[in-house]
Amino acid sequence: MTLILGILEEGFIYAVMALGVYITYKILDFPDLSVDSTFPLGAAFTASAILAGVHPALTLFLSFLAGALAGCVTGFIHVKLKVRDLLSGIIVMTGLYSLNLRIAGGRANVPIFTQETIFENRFLTDHIPETVSPYTVVIILFIIAMICKILLDLYLNTRSGYLLRAVGDNESLVTSLAKDKGMVKIVGLAIANGFAALAGSIYCQHKGFFEISVGTGTIVIGLASVIIGIQLLTPENGTSLFSRLFKKELRPTTAVIAGSIIYKACISIAISMGMEANDLKLITSILFLIILVVSTERRKKVKAHA
Amino acid sequence: MLKLNSINKYYNTGTVNEMCLFQDFNLSIQEGQFVSVVGSNGSGKTSMLNIICGSIPVDSGTIYMGDENITNMPEFKRLRRIGRVYQNPAMGTCPHMTILENMALADNKGKSFNLRPGTNKKRIDFYRENLKSLGLGLEDKLHVKVGVLSGGQRQAMALLMSTMTPIEFLILDEHTAALDPKTAEVIMELTDKVVKEKKLTTIMVTHNLRYAVEYGSRLIMMHQGQSVVDAAGDKKAAIKIDDLLSRFNAISIECGN
Repeated sequence: MTLILGILEEGFIYAVMALGVYITYKILDFPDLSVDSTFPLGAAFTASAILAGVHPALTLFLSFLAGALAGCVTGFIHVKLKVRDLLSGIIVMTGLYSLNLRIAGGRANVPIFTQETIFENRFLTDHIPETVSPYTVVIILFIIAMICKILLDLYLNTRSGYLLRAVGDNESLVTSLAKDKGMVKIVGLAIANGFAALAGSIYCQHKGFFEISVGTGTIVIGLASVIIGIQLLTPENGTSLFSRLFKKELRPTTAVIAGSIIYKACISIAISMGMEANDLKLITSILFLIILVVSTERRKKVKAHA
Repeated sequence: MLKLNSINKYYNTGTVNEMCLFQDFNLSIQEGQFVSVVGSNGSGKTSMLNIICGSIPVDSGTIYMGDENITNMPEFKRLRRIGRVYQNPAMGTCPHMTILENMALADNKGKSFNLRPGTNKKRIDFYRENLKSLGLGLEDKLHVKVGVLSGGQRQAMALLMSTMTPIEFLILDEHTAALDPKTAEVIMELTDKVVKEKKLTTIMVTHNLRYAVEYGSRLIMMHQGQSVVDAAGDKKAAIKIDDLLSRFNAISIECGN
């Protein structure tokens, strides 16, 4: 039971970040590495802000803004300074590492165990009955992930959201619509990195500390979640596993959240089968490789049938 | 009205491959004219369109649209007043979005892309009506992704989308070249209808000499960055395909082809 709860908790936290990666990787077709640093940016900011007495719920919102700002920087470097997409992300990722340390007060590790967070505060201890309390954390995480998903779905159906989807699909159409495609990309990157930082903020409050290396490999987790979710559960390439089982289509955003949970489950299984926690990154990258290879295989098969 | 004044354009400046495309090129197009442009490969037809739209910069010279000097205006700002249909049917639509979403996108050109709903439900009937005029049955497939449509269907949509909002100029870049003869015919007739209905100033580049002769009120034949034939009105009406063909042959012999 604890294992399942752990998978769901981690899955929901990283799902928020994966929604951001969905925007950059799937919608914008932009391999954005800056999430590797905006995730810890959210965590560093949250740790410092909570120690400074800011309300834990407010830090979520502020972290989103901080991440969005960093996303704008990536976008600016790519669009206005004409640096390649991958490199723009790397530049921001490298620079933010130092900035994150500064935000955390020059320390690589900031504990906030004794502070109130969105998961542990007087309000919850007063109002939540004993029997539910083991599930409070996962319920809160589920609610946050759902709010993010619904807001993103709503946004993607606005005029601005249409334009965002169009720019990844066909840049020249956006120009034909008399809109600056660069600006649209910057907006997309801002939202994506906002989500990454928000996830970092949640992660920090969940674990009770900030640690400078939490961001390493974020992009891999995000990509893996997106690819698992989209490949397995949406009709992107022919019929999906999900629609064959349930005769119903999933929204891509829902699929991404599910993908994140499946991914975390795979990692947990690998560890419970006797792998050490030190091997985590190795497992991560091997799993990611398997996912990539399998998903290209599937795409080929679909093409051959078409 | 559109005016190109003494345009100079070199490719690969400063290398051994330096090539002069336009030298002191001038062109003036009156309001309401439908100009067909023909010419062999590399004669500068598409480059001319790209220069007008701002897809490529000029080395010197000025471009006027109406009274406005647009020489240094970025492409996306110029396209506010221009509709453009490309040779590749995939260029004018978004494949991963549905027909309805594509129509809604096009309908928003010139308006602000804010947080209001992307598809205005009150406009759906208008879109359906528009699609019906194509006669391709697209009005019953509003929720189908454009990526599964055929090239001809996509090109028809691209034409519809680029002329949906009020524009002044229509730029057609070999827009029937990738289509089968019958579909090309349909698209061409549709083009003529739209241009007449909306009184658009139009430039159409084509390799189909029959279209160039049959449609439009002015014909330009380009060769090595110069217009070698430029006929409007009655003179244009008198031109036959054979005249153009013999002109083509004459040029080819000059070039040693």
